[in-house]
Amino acid sequence: MIGLHHYLVVSAMLFVLSIAGIILNRRNLILLLMCIELMLLAVNFNFIAFSRYLGDETGQVFVFFILTVAAAEAAIGLAILVVLFRNRRSIAVKELNTLKG
Amino acid sequence: MLFHSILFYVFAAVMFSAALGVVFSRNPVHSVMLLVLTFFQAAVLWLMAEAEFLAIVLVLVYVGAVMVLFLFVVMMLDVDVEAAKRGVSRYAPLGVGLALLMVIELIQVIWLRSREGDVASGFAATPEGYSNTEALGAVLYTEHVYAFEIAAVILLLAIVAAITLTMRKRPGLKVQDISAQVAVRAKDRVRVVKMDAEKKQ
Repeated sequence: MIGLHHYLVVSAMLFVLSIAGIILNRRNLILLLMCIELMLLAVNFNFIAFSRYLGDETGQVFVFFILTVAAAEAAIGLAILVVLFRNRRSIAVKELNTLKG
Repeated sequence: MLFHSILFYVFAAVMFSAALGVVFSRNPVHSVMLLVLTFFQAAVLWLMAEAEFLAIVLVLVYVGAVMVLFLFVVMMLDVDVEAAKRGVSRYAPLGVGLALLMVIELIQVIWLRSREGDVASGFAATPEGYSNTEALGAVLYTEHVYAFEIAAVILLLAIVAAITLTMRKRPGLKVQDISAQVAVRAKDRVRVVKMDAEKKQ
């Protein structure tokens, strides 16, 4: 029987994998953004599973808004990335030390 | 029910291996493609949890729009992949160790909790004639209509921000100036010359 805890375990594995991805790929800004998308997907999994378990649609409404904000975040993040690449010819995280105090 | 479980495990396994590919792939284009596969499998799993509307929205919005945007940017920027991957090994043991520790703890908690109570049993059946989209719409446009409008404003903000960030003024570009065109009057352009009529030679 597939129940709540199956979905929770899948979500936990996805979330932890994306954290590992952020630590491993911290030199590549595009991969960092993709790992954040994966993380949001894992969170959405939790919302959907609990919404189904409790029989309450509010969780799904939350997922709807998370998808909206994630789309906006991806658009703005990628726009910043393009501007950065245009100005510095590189998106290596290591070289982004202009704001260092 | 057994078939349902097998399907769940298959889709979850494909999703997890695709996510592994996203993290460990050397080529960013492959990463984006595998991310598309991950989102697709996630949509299937959401369908199995009877969240049909959000599953379709995930495919349409994420796979159709956001991932294509990612693909555009990845292909447009000439990223030096090998240089980005070269120093990866120093933090790899820390990252993998941390991830293993966290996943063991999380699964432990979920597993312990699921052994007591009714969490381990499957989801309760939905009532006859239940429509996920209808139920979601009924809640979204009544209780959460304010948040819905804020979401619309956030999307508008994202459009404006993305366009203003990436738009650049190029020198020497010929563009129409509509207001100058409209403001022109006939006496600025047309000169009426008085002269005598001439005879044909």
